[in-house]
Amino acid sequence: MFDTEFFNLGYLDRLSYQDTFIHRIDPRIKLLSSLIFIAAVVSFPKYEVTGLLPFFLFPVIFLTLGDIPLMFILKKVLIVSPFALFIGIFNPLLDNRPAHDLLGFTVSLGWLSFASIMLKFALTISTALLLIATTSFPGICFAMQKLRIPKAFVGQLLFLYRYIFVLAEEAMKIVRARDMRSFGRRGKGIKHFVPLIGVLFMRTVDRAERVYHAMLARSFRGKLYSTKAYALTMADMLFIFVSICLILLFRVINLTALIGSWTTG
Amino acid sequence: MHMADALLSPAVGATFWAGALGTIAYCSKKLKESMDEKMIPLMGVLGAFIFAAQMINFTIPATGSSGHLGGGMILAVILGPYAAFIVMASVLTVQSLFFADGGLLALGCNIWNLGVYPCFIAYPLIYKPLVRAGSSPKRITIAALISGIVSLQLGAFSVVIETMFSGRSELPFSTFLLLMQPIHLGIGIVEGFVTAGVINFIRSARPEILESTASARPLAADIPLRKVLIGLLIVAVLTGGTLSWFASANPDGLEWSIEKTFGKPELPEQEHGIMPALKKIQENTAFLPDYGFRKPEAKGEGPETEKKEEAWPKVEAGTSLSGVVGSLIVIGMVLLIGFSIRAMRKRPNPQ
Repeated sequence: MFDTEFFNLGYLDRLSYQDTFIHRIDPRIKLLSSLIFIAAVVSFPKYEVTGLLPFFLFPVIFLTLGDIPLMFILKKVLIVSPFALFIGIFNPLLDNRPAHDLLGFTVSLGWLSFASIMLKFALTISTALLLIATTSFPGICFAMQKLRIPKAFVGQLLFLYRYIFVLAEEAMKIVRARDMRSFGRRGKGIKHFVPLIGVLFMRTVDRAERVYHAMLARSFRGKLYSTKAYALTMADMLFIFVSICLILLFRVINLTALIGSWTTG
Repeated sequence: MHMADALLSPAVGATFWAGALGTIAYCSKKLKESMDEKMIPLMGVLGAFIFAAQMINFTIPATGSSGHLGGGMILAVILGPYAAFIVMASVLTVQSLFFADGGLLALGCNIWNLGVYPCFIAYPLIYKPLVRAGSSPKRITIAALISGIVSLQLGAFSVVIETMFSGRSELPFSTFLLLMQPIHLGIGIVEGFVTAGVINFIRSARPEILESTASARPLAADIPLRKVLIGLLIVAVLTGGTLSWFASANPDGLEWSIEKTFGKPELPEQEHGIMPALKKIQENTAFLPDYGFRKPEAKGEGPETEKKEEAWPKVEAGTSLSGVVGSLIVIGMVLLIGFSIRAMRKRPNPQ
């Protein structure tokens, strides 16, 4: 499980360095449109189910145009934080006022709001994952800096990201070593966890020291610079224009209900 | 526990985003004023450390389940509140992107819940007054334990508040509170013990690390507690003020902002073209007009209240059917678009 988590981190990172239409769009544009998308999805009221469905067009387009493996994203969405499910599942239990009658079954309001939560969950989580899978992390940091997020924080993110892989590998070694020396649950308690973390911490601080010296040797004066420059192109403008229009359209008009009423007369 | 996008309303999400961003800006300013440049690599690498440490699970005594470190308190003790908050926020940002923990809108809430409380409540108000340079390990343990419990209780309480104000969950306030607080009491105790253990371990093994980080960090000696408290109070009042509109049940975020822009809760309707026609069709047929359910005619305009939901309209089989059919068609269309894009992309590059 641990190994796969680490693998996922690296895999997402690798996906983000592909070269497709979606990957080439400016990170600022992708970040902004993702945020607008999420805000629109979340702004739907509690019982909305059908109105959310057209929004799946966006993740589908990102997946296909961005060449992202569907199963990978699906798996991540499914295993990720059960919190929404855990809280949402109370809705059908607590709210059983009837809402619709489907083929003899009565669907309660609680199930509607639960379905709404789960749809929103799928949409927002996949958007976050697809954003990172189609935009490299440094790209997102660049976008954040352009969006006036404080430099100290952006620099911290870049630094953190650079060292996650190094330290995750170290943590992986520690976990393997512990697994080999422990039996079942024995040896995996807090008593042995604390010194493990302590040692990892000390190694980390030593590493920071070495990194600092290396930075000084390369004429570090307290500022971090980024090299890659981005420029907004026509395609970027078109992309954000079209996405905002579609998001507004989907948000204001319930296409699903419309289509449903046309087809069923 | 990470808050999730799906449980949030945009208004609550945005409010906490504003709070989190404001705190980030404040901390960045503080760090800029008085930071040893040595702190930059130290903060970065310690962020990665928290990440790595969270990947190492341990079994929780008495329950048999496994838990992992939160890390906010350890960071606050080692780096001081400002740097610790920035590090914590960066860790949560990476988590929300790569592990989709919570989501992007909920990131503001998560930074607030897991960053502000350990760094600006528990550390300056509890840990710092209790622990001196020469304090005994026992004293450190007690201080860390109380801090861990308090910050996690506050964090859990915030999750409840955020969920309640968003109004997506049916859970009654008290039930939710009773669900969350005891769980997080346990988590807080564990977190407190781990924090204390790690700090004591470092203090006995390599005391100079703590000393050197303490000298490098800004404002190690005196945190302007009053300023922090006043700042928090202002944010709290602002948040409370903002939230209270939304607590008043009706206009959801988008409607509210549209109302503000156009002076009425709907987008201004176009006079001609396809919009009115579509609108008319929708009004006649949609079973979810006004983004909600059809209101009982009698209560046409009065302010929406609880009563509206109670006077629930009769079940209409016909419109339900159209909803299902529409859903199937929309899903089918989305899938079709996906498949055709895939198919089209496969063709041009034979390899």
